[in-house]
Formats: sequence, structure tokens, C-alpha cells
Amino acid sequence: MTIFEKIQYTRSGKRPTAAAYIDALFTDFIQLHGDRRFGDDNAVIGGIAMLGNTPITVIGIEKGHDTKDKIQHNFGQANPEGYRKALRLMKQAEKFHRPVITFVDTAGAYCGIGAEERGQGSAIAENLYEMMTLKTPILSIIIGEGGSGGALALAVADAVWMLENAYYSVVSPEGCASILWKDPAKADEAAQALKPDAGNLYELGIIEKIIAEPEDFSADAEKNLFFHTLQKDLADAIRPLQGMQTDTLLTERYDKFRKVGAYDRNHH
Amino acid sequence: MDLKALFKKAGNTLEGGVRIAKKRSSTLSCPRCGSEYDKESVLKNHWACPRCGGYFRMSARRRLRFLCDTDSFQELDRDMASKDILNFPGYSEKLAGAAEKCGQKEGVLCGICKIGGQDACIFAMEPDFMMGSMGSVVGEKITRLFEYATERHLPVVGCTVSGGARMQEGIVSLMQMAKVSGAVKRHSDSGGFYLTIITNPTTGGVTASFAMLGDVIVAEPGALIGFAGPRVIEQTIRENLPKGFQRSDFLLSHGFLDAVVPRQELKDFVEKMLRIHGEAGRQGDAQHDNF
Repeated sequence: MTIFEKIQYTRSGKRPTAAAYIDALFTDFIQLHGDRRFGDDNAVIGGIAMLGNTPITVIGIEKGHDTKDKIQHNFGQANPEGYRKALRLMKQAEKFHRPVITFVDTAGAYCGIGAEERGQGSAIAENLYEMMTLKTPILSIIIGEGGSGGALALAVADAVWMLENAYYSVVSPEGCASILWKDPAKADEAAQALKPDAGNLYELGIIEKIIAEPEDFSADAEKNLFFHTLQKDLADAIRPLQGMQTDTLLTERYDKFRKVGAYDRNHH
Repeated sequence: MDLKALFKKAGNTLEGGVRIAKKRSSTLSCPRCGSEYDKESVLKNHWACPRCGGYFRMSARRRLRFLCDTDSFQELDRDMASKDILNFPGYSEKLAGAAEKCGQKEGVLCGICKIGGQDACIFAMEPDFMMGSMGSVVGEKITRLFEYATERHLPVVGCTVSGGARMQEGIVSLMQMAKVSGAVKRHSDSGGFYLTIITNPTTGGVTASFAMLGDVIVAEPGALIGFAGPRVIEQTIRENLPKGFQRSDFLLSHGFLDAVVPRQELKDFVEKMLRIHGEAGRQGDAQHDNF
């Protein structure tokens, strides 16, 4: 698949959404609603669940399946209250020393009048700011679409993993093509140029792990094996993070993001 | 009508922003009412139109000259320049063009200065450097400034104007949002004071990170401030946007700004804020001096 074909695959609806991950990887999921400020955004689902014997705060951006379901979840495009709900649950996790696992799958934060009225920029900024020093381990998995700031707002984590065919980008290829080249049809080229696929992001040091995908998620045996492996990998990754001193954990999290970037110094 | 102007290549307009027509070097025309002035009279009026009050777009240098005490600004990391990390088509040329256009290596100026005799770290984004967009260098320079301020217990004054994260550096630009936010958090946790001055326009990844993280957040009147740009929203919801949407007063009324401060009063406002916060974090030192 080309990068753009992978991106189209993440949008195809032929992949498990966040709810399916929560269902397959955890037991005893108790969903918790609302941001305690304005409302309950169904684009973001979250709560408490068990990963083996470990209580975890799980948060995901959910796209939904059939039309009615998709509308209810606003096609996985969160409003500010979605990000504020996520932050509330993360602060709760911090208090009770629960690790946080997030599942990111969004074309981007929702663009609308209400979203701006209620401070979409401010909500995302608060999450980046607070997550950087949240005193409990955070692990994020980009399972499909990692659309810009709306994805990053749930991915300031100690480890960021990505599915083989997922993408994570500063801008959609269509948006990039139409802004830079005034031609949304050049999305394919933009996708190549943006290098938002798992392979490139691993090379760039943005993500820690690429998760192999089954050929076909609709084949039950393959899907079950996929979830079984992921469940074991998560447990193996969470344990050492839990064992770390909080200061070390936070220093390493800061440094992980701190080192991203490349520049020249011209002397003249 | 100026015929020559008809054939001019369109300038780099920021979304919802204004364009300063390039006239003879000493003449400027108001972006709002079109009146023409010589540079001196605009300068005397704090870079606002003497007739209608409209604001001329300020370069980062001019912004700093306007806020900092005379000759007090000392630039940090002046020579840091961007690299074409992703081999993105056309990026190297764009960088070279932007550098030539505004005589700066990148889209933000950072440094230390005095404002009303008080020490502060300050940054000002450059609207003419690729729309003030944030790539590696903008993120790195602002991060370093916050780290510098944290070490020395200095307040930070930040002036934003930006179209958001820079597309040509892909994911690396997106990560700058987290990187800078982390440095702001550490500065804040150490007791440092951060004042954000949002100017027209500030959108995207800059709004969704350090622009919205000040202890005090103010904006110039009429500035466009948002996460999504108005055109994108219009295309998404297929409706016309209400008048004044995403402008300073709109954000003030929805609770996201502490104040809207006219340009003419800005320096006094910053001075006062710094005085009240006592170069935040320095109180310990000051007490020591009393003995």
C-alpha cells in the first residue's frame, strides 16, 4: 500500500475502533462520563478497566460503526468537552496511581462554532500542558487516524505506539494539498511528502513501537491473535513504567518530546 | 486605481489577516481604511491608523522595539535556522524566500530585555516568515527561552501571531506543541510568570498550545484567534459564520481572555503586570537583599 492508501484504509471502517480495543484487551470496563464542566462528548469514551490484575484508566476516541452510531460519536471528532473529560479521567488516574492507556483514532478535533466558543484550542493546550507532568504512566496507541492537535491531545505519553497502517500527521493530506498546491487532488503526493506513516515516524524517533496488523481484521482468528499479542505487550510495557520513580518517569517523558526537532546553526 | 498593483503577485496573506501594500518605503496605507501615511506619523501613533484606529501589521522586530525599553533587547539563538528534515517539496526555497523577505533566519525572535526597567524574557513571532508558522526552530527557540527563564527565575512575555504548526516539517512540527507546552509547564511549576499577548491572527497549533497557556492572556482588539481557521469551519458546517466570530471580543465574552488591550496601552499594561508579579520567582532573592 502507498502511504495514501494506508490513510484511506484507516478511514474505511474496516478496522476495529477504540471501543473494540477496550472490549478485547481489558476486563471489567466501567465507563465514566462527562467533563464536569459542560457536557459529555461521545467522541471520547473513557473509564476504568483491568489489564490482567492492574487497574487502568482507559480513554479512546471512538468513531462508531453504522450511521446512527457514527453520528452519536460525531465521527470521532471531539469537542473541547471531550478533551476535558479525558483530562478529568487522567487527573483521577494520577490520584489513584493508575496507569493511563489511550487509543487515538481521529481525523482531527472538531471544527465548529460551538467548539470554538468553548475553547477548542485552550482545551487541547491544557491537555498537552497537564499530561507532560501527570504523575502516572501514560501509554498511547495510534490505532487508525492520528489527526493533528486533536490526536496529540491524547498522546503526550511515555510511550507512543502505532499500528502498522495507521498514520499520525500535522495536517490531513487533502488539507496540505489544498493549502500548499491549491489542489486537494494532490493528496497522494502530500501524503508522501508528510511521511506520516508508522515506518517513517519510527525512523524519526516519534514512536517507540510499530504494531503488526493482521491481513484482515474481519477474520476472527487473526483478530483474536492480534489482540492477544497486544494485550501481552501492553502488560509487559506498563509494568516497568509503574516501577519507575515518578521524577525519572517525568524527566524521561519531558526529554522524549524535548529532543524532537532538527536545526542548523549558520555562523556568519 | 494603481494599475501596477493589479499585476502584482498576491502577497502572503494570513487567513483573515490584513495585507500591507508595499508602497514607497516611507509611505504606508492603513489595512482597514486605506488612508496613506508616512512612517513617522504611524510610528508616533503606536503603529495604529491615526484616522480609523486600524492596526498595521507589526514585524517581530518592531513589536520588540515597541515593548522593550530602548536598546535593552538582547537576542538569544539568533543564528538557529531550519533544516528540510523531510525533504519536503519546495521547502528549502520557501525558507530562503522567507529569510530574504524579513531579514530573519526564522519565525520567532527570542531574547532578554527590560520592560519599565524590569528584567524579562520575551519572544515575538514573525508574521512574514511563512505565516509565523511553527516548525522545529520556532519550537526549539521558545522552549529554550522558557528553560532559560526557569533557570534564572525570570518572567516570560510572549507575542503570538501564527497560522499554526508548519506543514513542511510534518509530525516534527506537531511535536513542537507538546515540547513548548512542557517547557511552559516547568516554568509555571517553578513559580514563573507568563504573559501571553495574542495578536492578529493566531490559529491552529499555536492557539492549541502556548498561546493559551499564559497566567494572564490578553489580545489586541479585533485579532482573529482560533483553533480552526474560519474558512475550514465554514466548509465543515456549510453555514456563514456570525459577525465577530473568533475575534478578540468573542474570546473575551466566552471566557478565554483576561483582557483586550489596545496597542497604545500595551506597554503600560505589560509593565504593570511585571511589577505586580515582582519578576515572578525572584521574591526570594529580593527578600534576601533586604537583610
